[in-house]
Amino acid sequence: MRRLAVAFLMLGALTGGGVPASGAGPGPGALGEEPTRGAPPLADDRRILHVLNRLALGPRPGDLERVRAVGVDAWIERQLHPETIADAATERALATLASLRLSIPEALRDYPRPEPKLREKLQAGQLTRQEMMELYPPEKRPFRITAELQAAKMLRAVESERQLQEVMVDFWFNHFNVFAAKGDVRWYVAAYERDVIRPNALGRFPDLVRASARHPAMLFYLDNWLSARPDFTVPAGGPKGGRKAGLNENYARELMELHTLGVDGGYTQADVTEVARAFTGWSIDRPQTEGRFAFRPRMHDTGEKVVLGHRIPAGGGQDDGERVLAILTHHPATARFIATKLVRRFVADTPPPPLVQRVAATYLSTDGDVRAMLRTIVAAPEFVSAEAYRAKVKTPFEFVASAVRALGATVDAQGAFDLARASAEIGEPLYQAQPPTGYPDRAEAWVNSGALLARMNFALALARSRYPRVAVDPGSLVTGADPRSPDAVLDRLLAALVAGQASAETRAVLTGELTNPQITRLTAEDRGPASTDVATLAALVLGSPEFQRR
Amino acid sequence: MNRRTFLRCGACALVALGGPPRFLVRTAAATAARGKVLVAVFQRGAVDGLSMVVPHGDPAYAAARQTIALRPPKRGEADRAVDLDGFFALHPGLAPLVPLWESRSLAIVHACGSPDTTRSHFDAQDYMESGSPGVKSTPDGWLARAVKGLPQPKASPFRAVALGPILPRALQGDVGAVAMASLDRFDVRAGDTGARGGFEALYARSVSDLLSGTGRETLEAVKMLRSADAARIPPANGALYPRGPFGESMRQIAQLIKANIGLEVAFADMQGWDTHVGQGAEQGQLAARLREFGGALAAFAQDLGDRMADVVVLTMSEFGRTVVENGNRGTDHGHATAMLALGGGVRGGRVYGRWPGLAREQRFEGRDLAVTTDFRTLFGEVARSHLGVPTAPLFPGWTPSRPPLGLFA
Repeated sequence: MRRLAVAFLMLGALTGGGVPASGAGPGPGALGEEPTRGAPPLADDRRILHVLNRLALGPRPGDLERVRAVGVDAWIERQLHPETIADAATERALATLASLRLSIPEALRDYPRPEPKLREKLQAGQLTRQEMMELYPPEKRPFRITAELQAAKMLRAVESERQLQEVMVDFWFNHFNVFAAKGDVRWYVAAYERDVIRPNALGRFPDLVRASARHPAMLFYLDNWLSARPDFTVPAGGPKGGRKAGLNENYARELMELHTLGVDGGYTQADVTEVARAFTGWSIDRPQTEGRFAFRPRMHDTGEKVVLGHRIPAGGGQDDGERVLAILTHHPATARFIATKLVRRFVADTPPPPLVQRVAATYLSTDGDVRAMLRTIVAAPEFVSAEAYRAKVKTPFEFVASAVRALGATVDAQGAFDLARASAEIGEPLYQAQPPTGYPDRAEAWVNSGALLARMNFALALARSRYPRVAVDPGSLVTGADPRSPDAVLDRLLAALVAGQASAETRAVLTGELTNPQITRLTAEDRGPASTDVATLAALVLGSPEFQRR
Repeated sequence: MNRRTFLRCGACALVALGGPPRFLVRTAAATAARGKVLVAVFQRGAVDGLSMVVPHGDPAYAAARQTIALRPPKRGEADRAVDLDGFFALHPGLAPLVPLWESRSLAIVHACGSPDTTRSHFDAQDYMESGSPGVKSTPDGWLARAVKGLPQPKASPFRAVALGPILPRALQGDVGAVAMASLDRFDVRAGDTGARGGFEALYARSVSDLLSGTGRETLEAVKMLRSADAARIPPANGALYPRGPFGESMRQIAQLIKANIGLEVAFADMQGWDTHVGQGAEQGQLAARLREFGGALAAFAQDLGDRMADVVVLTMSEFGRTVVENGNRGTDHGHATAMLALGGGVRGGRVYGRWPGLAREQRFEGRDLAVTTDFRTLFGEVARSHLGVPTAPLFPGWTPSRPPLGLFA
């Protein structure tokens, strides 16, 4: 193996490709390079592949031809209006995941929390683990809600025709992140994605901020439900009666730092305190049985507030919070921050400043219309520049989904649980980002040894049908190619997996691998190949450096 | 001459010209110097420092805990806390650590914790791992920043390793830290397909950037680990690791150290410290966790033998637990806890830090052990004295207001 690997380096040197230096310095197409305006635009098929990699979770076999047939601009316009795209098959596949459709009170009822008394009995030996399991079977445990949500996310990413919608749901959930394993969030998280993120994913940014601000998942995750005027004492009678509650700045700070203005958005600690005062009383009604938004006037600080120079007069009540949200969502720093994050997702880790400026201008002129901002991005020369092509490293979620799509595999809800586990093994357990920053959208966060090995191993396991509930048939990808002609098989495979857009380097290595007797099995007389191991070749493509990029 | 023969000769020529990969050469040099190693251990869930290192000399201790207080130590009686200095005692589950205390390899810092008052596990872990209490937007972890400050340039792909499937917050950052579920799973699982060589060729052939550079290093690391056969190195000196994931992690960290492949910073977690219900005293839930914890640390020290002179184990937990026992014979989220430093040049056999006392008026908010040593003081001292790392970048925006603990000679 080593022999062949090194030998191809030699071939590269002979053909002028050069031997790559060891180490990880920047190079062509490396991270953080800024596309310059006026760089050559991508040729048509490359542009289609680029769009499928950025606005969708990668192409399926045949997608290139389908987009070419309708025209790439028409395809994008349809994706911007997911409600016009039929997606009944995906909805049918999701039907077995019951928790997705439950209201919060139903989830709290159907997935009861284990009683502490039982845990005590278990530890004291008065109850066996088996007896405990019978009382709380795995399909009734609260974690099941998160597990089904993870499976649904993978299933939609692979199967849904509304690809841009899935990309944007991923993007906004991450922007307004909640951690599914923090306390009561586990019962709220499915409703949060369904009712807050999904309906607004291609809508208006201010609606996203408003909807997240009053959802119990966010109120719990960032502790605002506990935040009260400084002199508030919990009324006697309840378990925490008599305890002093006070101002909790957690939500106020993250609202400005992570949701709207950005860390350099020009606010001060005084603004954080004032915003926290404005949101006192935004709380949760009976978190363990109802889990509904409630405004609690007795916890609210009724005094005047001054936020970023705007005066909010005393006595505003619940409206104080609404006024803060209006101030923040109309702020130019918010336009710049949201534009920066969108351009980072769709163009490059280091967003080109001129494009950020134009997207921010779109934000301000359209009151934060997500569709309008996306149109500005995809029309930009920076988006279709050669520098942007394959410049982004896929997140583990994007990688898993794109590999399954590339193979033309189909997956049901059961298989989707396995894919969610694969995403976790590669470093991104879905809905489990603990910090409010969500998962990072930069290559450095995802590129490490263990994670890369996990990607190669996933590619191998997937292509070699080691995921029994994900239907994969690499052989079908090369139907029609003469099995005795390895070059023809490879051509057909690359056409299916990467729309034929493999780099010269990748193609050269794979061509070389065709002479590997473990990949192309020879006849006894060594007169020519008898058959080619398409599954392993496909695994090499999916595990290659090129396929880690989009 | 057929194609294969040509390729084989080409390969020979290249090896003759190029030699082995750069970092392999550097690793050999680093190995000769037998670098220092820091092993950070996170007790997730907030360990009860008052049961781990018992302040039996504090008059308020026993009264605060009707059913879960440990009985005062008594020489020669088994299943009792082991006295350390007349005031503190080790939980009997940590008895395997007593010889290390006596040989002055083990130091304890009590009433140690975060200046931030959150009682949320997730916030407090985040603050401790990012090294920035109260600030959530710190992008990288304090250990990653420590790795950046190590005196030698990156010498080995195994320089910073976390045992576990994901990289902990403490090691996140641009330092190429490896997260591995286990040594024997750190491999390309290709069966007899020939894919390993294929991946090597793909990553060797692609342009030089972070992704393919890491890929090349990874595949070299896989080979390095295979040829060092680290996963087969048996425990030495009769060391017996307790069963369970934490013992496994420590056993594998010892294998990486003994394989001499350039490990400098390692990280392991242990779960199960959130003892709200039925905590127990000399026996019970917490005692079982402490036996596994103490047994694994003691086995690790025994396994490494003389090599422990180059290794420091530092334990931490996000906060401690309430002084007073709750209504479920357990304890709730508190403030300060106890942390251990073991090995290397640690001046052990001493409990460091000022003891704030357990009487109600001495407690933090009337309920918790107060913090008298900022965890950053401890972490910073270990990083500077043991690893030779400058401490300023470790904890952004913080300058120590107290003199150092003097943990190292």
